[in-house]
Amino acid sequence: MTTKHEAYYVPAQSAWPIIGAIGLFLIAFGAGSYVQQLSTEESYGGYILIAGIAVILFMIFGWFKTVIDESMAGLYSAQMDRSFRQGMSWFIFSEIMFFGAFFGALFYARMVAVPWLGGASNNAMTHEVLWPAFEAIWPLVTTPDGTKTEAMPWTGLPLINTILLLTSSVTLHFAHTSLEKAKRTPLKIWLALTILLGIAFLVLQVEEYSHAYHEMGLTLESGIYGNTFFLLTGFHGMHVTLGTVFLIVLLLRVLKGHFTTDKHFAFQAGSWYWHFVDVVWLCLFVFVYVL
Amino acid sequence: MSTTTHDTAAVHDDHHHGAPKGIMRWLLTTNHKDIGSLYLWFSFIMFLTGGAMAMVIRAELFQPGLQLVEPNFFNQMTTVHGLIMVFGAVMPAFTGLANWLIPMMIGAPDMALPRMNNWSFWILPFAFAILLSSLFMEGGGPNFGWTFYAPLSTTYSPDSTALFVFSVHIMGISSIMGAINVIVTIVNMRAPGMTWMKLPLFVWTWLITAFLLIAVMPVLAGAVTMVLTDKFFGTSFFDAAGGGDPVMFQHIFWFFGHPEVYIMILPSFGIISAIIPAFSRKKLFGYSSMVYATASIAILSFLVWAHHMFTTGMPVFAELFFMYCTMLIAVPTGVKVFNWVATMWRGSMTFETPMLFALAFIILFTIGGFSGLMLAITPADFQYHDTYFVVAHFHYVLVTGAVFSIMAAAYYWLPKWTGHMYSETLGKWHFWCSVISVNVLFFPMHFLGLAGMPRRIPDYAIQFADINQIVSIGGFAFGLSQLIFLAVVIKCIKGGEKAPDKPWEGAEGLEWTIPSPAPYHSFTTPPEVK
Repeated sequence: MTTKHEAYYVPAQSAWPIIGAIGLFLIAFGAGSYVQQLSTEESYGGYILIAGIAVILFMIFGWFKTVIDESMAGLYSAQMDRSFRQGMSWFIFSEIMFFGAFFGALFYARMVAVPWLGGASNNAMTHEVLWPAFEAIWPLVTTPDGTKTEAMPWTGLPLINTILLLTSSVTLHFAHTSLEKAKRTPLKIWLALTILLGIAFLVLQVEEYSHAYHEMGLTLESGIYGNTFFLLTGFHGMHVTLGTVFLIVLLLRVLKGHFTTDKHFAFQAGSWYWHFVDVVWLCLFVFVYVL
Repeated sequence: MSTTTHDTAAVHDDHHHGAPKGIMRWLLTTNHKDIGSLYLWFSFIMFLTGGAMAMVIRAELFQPGLQLVEPNFFNQMTTVHGLIMVFGAVMPAFTGLANWLIPMMIGAPDMALPRMNNWSFWILPFAFAILLSSLFMEGGGPNFGWTFYAPLSTTYSPDSTALFVFSVHIMGISSIMGAINVIVTIVNMRAPGMTWMKLPLFVWTWLITAFLLIAVMPVLAGAVTMVLTDKFFGTSFFDAAGGGDPVMFQHIFWFFGHPEVYIMILPSFGIISAIIPAFSRKKLFGYSSMVYATASIAILSFLVWAHHMFTTGMPVFAELFFMYCTMLIAVPTGVKVFNWVATMWRGSMTFETPMLFALAFIILFTIGGFSGLMLAITPADFQYHDTYFVVAHFHYVLVTGAVFSIMAAAYYWLPKWTGHMYSETLGKWHFWCSVISVNVLFFPMHFLGLAGMPRRIPDYAIQFADINQIVSIGGFAFGLSQLIFLAVVIKCIKGGEKAPDKPWEGAEGLEWTIPSPAPYHSFTTPPEVK
């Protein structure tokens, strides 16, 4: 390699982005068609969606392998490392704003939409004319059109899940400090423990959903309470799933002897992501379950 | 390093990746200039596509009554015209300019994350393929306006809304990745000595734009997701019967939508701030106040969203809050216009095509700003809301604002991109045809709106007929004028007078220190900035 690469590594042509573009196209077109076909006989959309996911997985695997190989070959300068770190931070910021939209919907519904339907502010006539029997309470267990459901208590599974996830953030932090002190065995143990806690969280989350659907009658169609509950916890669960996969990949790389005390961007990124997902859960726990 | 030959970029192959040939060059490229060109061409194709839809709209409105298209198809045209112009024409054009110019302006070898750069571009054509394909499906494409208000987009929308939702998701992913790339490049890749307050204003404005993009595109993703679940999965975010609220849709949408408006104008400010000093042969007046004004506009953009919904029934306090915050934006914007005018004051000005477009921008964008102030006044807005006055307002800021600045940028940097001077004669033809027709097109819309003609309607009362006919003629003329631009660009790429490194006497910036056309890799070793 020429001296230029020490300044800043500009990669050669790469096929991964265009493969990723095709994958994303298949996912979007497949998902769109699948959703449209839910109420019809046709069902090819689902297959396109699955094909798209397969292409994206292939792309992620190949792209990351290229990046890891380049990194292990010493092509990346400290400046490159900063680019990656800053890129990851801004990505997490975009995720915060994504959750912000759903938290915004939750707050709006609780503070504005539901009270107004109940006649608050200057909406006495709205209440009288539309649904005079409607009572504005939160959690909204009876919607204006009379759909009934139950509220998810915060004790029990949600509390256990909170403890699991908080603990996992601590164990991941220990893994990180072990890495920085070049203590490889504790690193492996703490990281593996974090993954186990993540999986345990997901299992309990599935359990909670099944309980909500089958015993409480709390579903996606239960009005604004169920909507915000399932979309917030659902997107959070998707992020925990992704984070867990992320951590598993990190563990495999640790087992292969990757990462040094001062160069471990991927580990740093995985750890940031996990802590971010943890903070989202804390907000969820407070605003969706407890309050 | 190497000597650079002007004729072909491919000669510059001391590196293991010069400019390869054929289609694979474009599919696999990681080069910021290739990707910039892809963005710009894509944006121009979308501009013509969206423009063709505008022609359908204007043809239908040439006379009162229903002549050419069904009302439902008319609605699809207004909707897709808006979506394409916002997400397909203006935003990718700015991203293309950012790709081409930012690395050259800050002395960087390329964008910070070149492969992701390729990905952010190539997902866009797919997104628009999905969106456009929905027009040909049973039930038709999106017909609820580009703002897709619930319940139009939920209860009353065609099945293809699912495809609309996912194509918007891809556009969002593309914008977010592009914005991350821009921010990281600017923060991390500046040449030694290129301190913050030496950055060209185009770089500054794009930095702030990129921040806005990352902040609000995810909110748009949230909004379309809720539309999807409301329509297909039985949720009731925007349905009062389930405890939701259709007005909540508007709050979430405009929380995205208003910063989005500034995403489409802040880079214009950067372009104009480069061109006005160059052709006035003076330094930009009040550089630092320009930076602070841009930042203020960005911050304020998060506090004004509900001025789009004064008539939806908000508490009076909220109406007043959003009214005053909106008016506050006139202050930093006024600072900018003042600075541009002060830059020209006693400058030795010449009027090449980029300068003409920049001057037209200042005058016509200011008209759009003033009609914006009229709309900001809550009680007055009750009268103007959803009329052609609003259409006139946002076309003045987006067409004679954003699009004119993009045209100005294209003329200004074409010599650097292609190595040839464009035809000044054709450029002037393009300018004068555009500037006259665009005013015939949009100015009378103010009168239509004040007289009470509602927007997004395929038919209208007989008293609006004359003005609508004038508007339509202006529209066709403006649409045709853009073909001159296409001719100018193709002619300029194919040949013409050789461009010197710095074709404009008063131009400043690192991009003019490298040869024209800019070599495939411009700053492989960073320049020293004094």
